[in-house]
Amino acid sequence: MPGLGDIIRESQIWKSIFRHPMPVDRRNRIVVMLTNFFLHLHPVSIKKQGIALSYTWCMGGVTFFLFLVETVTGVLLMFYYRPTVEWAYTDIQMLRDVHSLGIMREIHRWGAHAMVITVWLHMYRVFLTGSYKPPREFNWVVGVFLLLLTLLLSFTGYLLPWDQLAVWAITVGSNMARATPILGHEGPGQQLLTLGGVDMITNASDARFALLGAREVGEETLNRFYILHCIAIPLGVALLLAIHFWRVRKDGGISGPL
Amino acid sequence: MTHGLTDSQFLEIVASFLGPYYIALAMMNGLAALYLWRTGQLCTWFSLPIPLTGKRFEVTNAFVWLLVGSAFVLLAAFAGGGMTSWTSLPESWREAINKGTGPVVYSAGTSIALVILYFTRSFFVKPAVAWTIWNLMWLFLGLSMTDRDFYEIVAKPDNVPIVMLVFLLAFFTWLATYRAVENDKRIENGEPPLEKLDDEKVLVWPDLVYTELICMIALTALLIFWAIALRAPLEEAASSVKTPNPSKAPWYFLGLQEMLVYYDPWMAGVVLPSMIVGGLMAIPYLDFNKKGNGYYTIKERTFSYSIFQFGFLEMWVTLIVLGTLLRGPNWEFFGPYDHWDAHKVSALNNVNLSEYVWARGLNIALPGTPELLWMPDLLRPFGQFLSILFGRELPGTLLVLGYFIALPPILAVFVMPGFYKRMGFIRFMVLANLLLFMASLPIKMVLRWVFNLKYLIAIPEYFFNF
Repeated sequence: MPGLGDIIRESQIWKSIFRHPMPVDRRNRIVVMLTNFFLHLHPVSIKKQGIALSYTWCMGGVTFFLFLVETVTGVLLMFYYRPTVEWAYTDIQMLRDVHSLGIMREIHRWGAHAMVITVWLHMYRVFLTGSYKPPREFNWVVGVFLLLLTLLLSFTGYLLPWDQLAVWAITVGSNMARATPILGHEGPGQQLLTLGGVDMITNASDARFALLGAREVGEETLNRFYILHCIAIPLGVALLLAIHFWRVRKDGGISGPL
Repeated sequence: MTHGLTDSQFLEIVASFLGPYYIALAMMNGLAALYLWRTGQLCTWFSLPIPLTGKRFEVTNAFVWLLVGSAFVLLAAFAGGGMTSWTSLPESWREAINKGTGPVVYSAGTSIALVILYFTRSFFVKPAVAWTIWNLMWLFLGLSMTDRDFYEIVAKPDNVPIVMLVFLLAFFTWLATYRAVENDKRIENGEPPLEKLDDEKVLVWPDLVYTELICMIALTALLIFWAIALRAPLEEAASSVKTPNPSKAPWYFLGLQEMLVYYDPWMAGVVLPSMIVGGLMAIPYLDFNKKGNGYYTIKERTFSYSIFQFGFLEMWVTLIVLGTLLRGPNWEFFGPYDHWDAHKVSALNNVNLSEYVWARGLNIALPGTPELLWMPDLLRPFGQFLSILFGRELPGTLLVLGYFIALPPILAVFVMPGFYKRMGFIRFMVLANLLLFMASLPIKMVLRWVFNLKYLIAIPEYFFNF
C-alpha cells in the first residue's frame, strides 16, 4: 500500500519540478549538484580541508547570505518608505512605532553593518591564505570592486532615514568630493579646466555636485541615493557576484596548497 | 542616549545588562572546560597536596576555566544586584587612563603592541594564553560599562558593530596566526602544511551544504536577536541649520575622517582612498612570491604579511576605532572614560614648514608671490603656482619631490635590490610609490606630533596643501 509521500513523489506535478530522487544516496547526491539551479554554484565534490571553518571562516558565504537578507528586508521596507523630504523621516518613524514587523528596519540596518564587517573578514582571510595568487589574481580585483560597492551601498543607505545623523554624515562624507583634484571646485588644479575664460568646475558643476545632484544635501540627493541604493548599485553587485562565483569555480574552487 | 536619566536609573539599566553579560561569559568558560574534557585535551598544569590524605589534587586547564567561570558568576551576582562599586574599574585607574591616552599614545601604543605580538606570536597563539587574553578583554569591557561616559559611547547602537569588529578581528587574527605558526613549524621540519593533510574529497551534499544551512540559521537567529535587543537610531528630523558636534561620517569612513586631522580633504578624502583601492587591486600583480598559495603561513611571506597587517590592522582598523570611540566634539580626543564636553577646545598652534624655515629658521620674511604680468592670462595661474611652489614653498617641495622621486631608485639599489631584479622597473616603481604613499600618513602624523607641523607645502591660494 503506497504511502502518501510516495503518491506525491510519483505524481506528474512533483516529477515535473523535481526531476530526480531526493539526494539520499551517493548517485543522487552527485546528480543533484548538476541538475539543481541553486546548487550548481557548488562543485560535486570538494577537498575536506576546503570546507573546514578554521580554513575558510565561511565569511564569503556569510557575506553573500547577508546580501540576500538585505535584499529581502530592503524590498519589504520599500513598501513603507517614500524617498521624499516630505515623507522620509515620518515613514521611518511609522516603521518604528506603528507598523508591525517594523523590526525589518533593525534587521536591515544591523545586517548592513554586519555585511561590511564580514566582507572585511573575507578579504582578510583570502589575503592570509594567499588565495589571490595566480590563477586567482583577477578574482581578487573583482572582490575589491565588490568591497567598494558594499561600502557605497552602506553609504547611500545611510542617508535614507533623513534624520540629523543621516544628513550630516553624508554631508561630511560628500564634502570631501569638493576637494577632488581638478574635478572639485575647492580642489588643487581647480582652474585647470577653464575654457575660454569660463570656469567649468564650479559649485554647481563639480564632482560633489554630480554625487549630490545639487549644491547641498537635499531632495535631489535623497532621490539619487535612493535609486543608487535600491537599483543601480545592487545590479552592479549582482553582476560582479556572478563573475566572482564563476571565477572561483573556474580558478579551481576553494584554494588549497599545490 | 541616557541623557535624561539620573545616576541610579542609569545604574539600573547597566545592572540589568551586566547580569546576563557575565552569565554568558561564565557559560563561555564552562563550555571551554567541557570542550577540553570531551576532546581529551585535559592537561594538568600543577598539582596541590590534599592534607590528611597524602593524595594530590590535579589542577587541570579545564578546572581553571571552571574557576574563571564561577568568578564570572560571582561578578554577575554583584553587577546584576546593583553593587557596581565592586564591579567597576577604580576611579583612579580610569582617571589615569583618561590622562594617559591621546592620539599619540594610542597610535604609537597600538603599533608597538602589534609589533610585539608579531614577534612573540608563538607564545601568544598558545590556546591557554589566547583564552586568558580573550577573557581579560571581555572582563575589561564589562568592568568599564559601569562608567557612564564609557557606556554612552560603547553601547550606542551604531557603535556596537565597532566593538564587535574589535572582538571578531581579535579572534580571527588569533585563528589565522595559530594556523600559520603551526604550518611554519611543519614546513621547517619538512612536513606539508595542515591544509595538505585532509586531501580526500567528500561530496558537497551533504558535507558542505549542511554546514551552510546551519550557518544560515545561526546567522538569521543572531540578526533577529540583535534586531530585538538594539533599536536602530533615529535622531531628530534633518535640519540644515543645526550642525551636530561632532559630525561624523559613517563608521567605516572614520579612518578617512581621522586622516583629515593630518591631511587636507583632497589627500585624505580623494587621493589616499584611491591609492588604498588601487593598492589593494595591485597586490596580486606585485606579489611575486609563489609560496603561501592556499595555506596559512607567515614565515614564507613576511614582507607581504607585514605590509598588509600594518595597512589593515594598524592604519585602517585602529584609526576607525579611534575616530568612533575616542573622538568627540570639535574632533577633540577624549579618553575612554572622559565626558564628551563640547567646550573642550585645545589650542591649534601648528606651523607650516615654510614658516619654520624662512621666518623661524632664517629670520627673514616669507618670499612673496610675483605678479608675472608679462605672462599671457591663460598661463598666469600656472606660472604663479609654480613660482610659489619653488619659491616660498621650496623647502617642502624639495622634501616631497625627494621623497617620491629620489627614494624609489634608492630603494631599488640599496634596500630591495632583489625585488627590483625580480619585478622589473614598472612593477617595482608601482610598489615603491604605493609603499611611500602608505608611509606618508604615519610620517605626517609623527611630524605633527613632534614638530607641530601643519603643511609641508602650503599653497592655499590654489587649494594645494600637502
